[in-house]
Amino acid sequence: MTKPVFITGAGVISAIGNNVQENLAALENGKAGMAKMEYLSSAHKEKLPVAEVKMNNEALAALAGMPAHISRTALLSAIAAKEAIQNAGLESLKGLRSGFISANTVGGMDKTENFFKDFLSDPQKGRLRNLVHHECGAATELVADVLGIKNYVSTISTACSSSANAVFYAARLIKQNILDIAIAGGTDSLTKFTLNGFNTLMILDQQYCQPFDENRRGLNLGEGAGYVVLVSEKVVQTLKQNPVCTLSGYCNANDAYHQTASSPDGTGSYLAMKGALEQSGLSPADIDYINLHGTGTQNNDIAEGTAIKLLFEGKYPKMSSTKSFTGHTLGASGGIEAVFSVLALQYGLIYPNLRFETQMAALPFAPETIFRKGEKINHVLSNSFGFGGNCSSLIFSKLQA
Amino acid sequence: MYIKAAAAISPQVSFEQILQSPASYNSNRLNCAEPDYTKLFDARMIRRMSRIIKMGVAAAKDCLHQADVQSPGAIITGTAYGCLADTELFLSKMVEHKEELLTPTAFIQSTHNTVGAQIALMLKCHNYNNTFVHRGFSFESAMLDAITLLLENAVEDVLVGGVDEITDTSHTLLSRFGLYKQHAFSNLDLYNNHSKGTIAGEGAGFFLLSKKTTGNSYAKLDDMATLYKPSSPGEVAGFVNDFLHRNNIKAGDIGLLVSGENGDAANDKWYGDVKKILFNDTATQAFKHFCGEYPTAPAFALWLAANIMKTGKIPAHKKIKAPGKILIYNHYLTIHHSLYLLSAC
Repeated sequence: MTKPVFITGAGVISAIGNNVQENLAALENGKAGMAKMEYLSSAHKEKLPVAEVKMNNEALAALAGMPAHISRTALLSAIAAKEAIQNAGLESLKGLRSGFISANTVGGMDKTENFFKDFLSDPQKGRLRNLVHHECGAATELVADVLGIKNYVSTISTACSSSANAVFYAARLIKQNILDIAIAGGTDSLTKFTLNGFNTLMILDQQYCQPFDENRRGLNLGEGAGYVVLVSEKVVQTLKQNPVCTLSGYCNANDAYHQTASSPDGTGSYLAMKGALEQSGLSPADIDYINLHGTGTQNNDIAEGTAIKLLFEGKYPKMSSTKSFTGHTLGASGGIEAVFSVLALQYGLIYPNLRFETQMAALPFAPETIFRKGEKINHVLSNSFGFGGNCSSLIFSKLQA
Repeated sequence: MYIKAAAAISPQVSFEQILQSPASYNSNRLNCAEPDYTKLFDARMIRRMSRIIKMGVAAAKDCLHQADVQSPGAIITGTAYGCLADTELFLSKMVEHKEELLTPTAFIQSTHNTVGAQIALMLKCHNYNNTFVHRGFSFESAMLDAITLLLENAVEDVLVGGVDEITDTSHTLLSRFGLYKQHAFSNLDLYNNHSKGTIAGEGAGFFLLSKKTTGNSYAKLDDMATLYKPSSPGEVAGFVNDFLHRNNIKAGDIGLLVSGENGDAANDKWYGDVKKILFNDTATQAFKHFCGEYPTAPAFALWLAANIMKTGKIPAHKKIKAPGKILIYNHYLTIHHSLYLLSAC
């Protein structure tokens, strides 16, 4: 039995709210974050709905306490990471070996793609300050410096599973006594680069997405950031509050099938969920809620659903995709959904899968459609699957009384 | 922890070449001496893969072949810039065609975890797969992930590597930041040029790490550590001291210091100051005149050190006997400092 790692705080910003309370309210009220594009400037503005954080960079910068000219990826990250620390019940980070482990897929691309317009006309043109934070790691460092975290900084990028990987990597560093505390999760801002990339793959829904629906058409891209605060048992003793839950299991597995598509039987998804269950010492029947990866694409939902069908045969937990609220936030999604999973445990919540109409013919189960409060929830499974066959599952568990 | 196998694609053809007569370049850009890929991959794969993917997958393949491992317990990659050529291609087309008429191939391959994913795909390996993208700590993060996975007893062995490429665009852009020397000289004279700037490098270095040795390992990896944004070389010296202390050794026990000077006067002052404080009498081996400067250059340094351990031969010191312990000290742009301690097996 390995040492437990505790979750003591969470912070989130997404299309449905700028903090935990606003996100919770939107989840309860069934208020989706998709809308017509307002902040990103793209040729696809009229055609493709997106789930934007409803603030411009100046407003985000004011909230983050950072300059407005830096990447939106870093601004979103700082806001959610600060909230996570504030909620963690810590006296201070002083004397603790602290780490900031953040994931993203776009880095400073929101700035680079505009820089490139000038650069392509003349290689000596374009303002370098719009390029200087291009690397994924730069966003992490900008925020780590604001948070005053120096002991350990790292950035993970494995497409849509990135921030789930950041969460379990942080947990492992705590278990191995390398860190006492870590803020882990991820961030991504919407960019023309990703919007057009997903558009060429023809997996974007021109309407609001319908995850796990027989007639699903694709995904809506979103943006945001989500972080949880993980601490060691030693740190728990010093907290002003009880930890919310533990990260009881995690696993990463590879589908090894195709660079962007999931295998039809969801091999990678199955192995990730199974591995996480084994590590937590739980059986499938112990899981009370699955926060699905549930992007709304034909391919993901059938692969994930098939894997769940195989693993949970006969006893399917309640499940839903909160991407029906936030859109697919890519490098942030595992972090945002980790936060939603922690909140589900904390308040006994089941989130609805918005706009669900028709059960998938190939699956013997359907997602939840109404918001439930006060449920008895002890274990939540959160799935994040990405390009490159990268499949990760996290299990959050209530503390044993 | 043992380094059972080490493979690199770098501006140098091989460790033997480095010992005999290192490749010389009269440019501020050192490109990799790439192998004949037709011997490694089928023509269809070669056509599809970009240069960084070919370099990464080829180095990984060589490493696994050396260790006689079919499918490692984990595949972990570090890359600061990711797949630049594909990123630029998609970005340029997007700008030029005003977001219309785009095709997905470059976008798909621009994803940062493409190298690790392609290795998994080639091996049909369903095991753990992770990619770190943290500037001058990209490779260090991958290594710590590998080490802690092994410590957690989650896996038997880990394939871990660092990979970065130079493209014409990235070289132009990084030159605009003033990173490189602007006058022509040979890379082999790098340290006689105490001017501003360094030379650009690239490469792929992969390692098979295992908790157990089968007797033919390159070296034992005792420990590694990182330090982010120290305020002075004095702080680095303190960090090195703590590192030596936690490994129960003294500076004098280090037989060879592999250190990351890159020819930039201000940058190299950090190495000079740390050496003055701790390693006045220690034999040193520089490496960036072989591979150039880039964020994952420590992967090349680790490959070089592993080969020195395995052969007992030091490129810079033909007369010194095989070192029992090698310390690698590198920093990237004074922000990311890292240490690796190796022992002879």
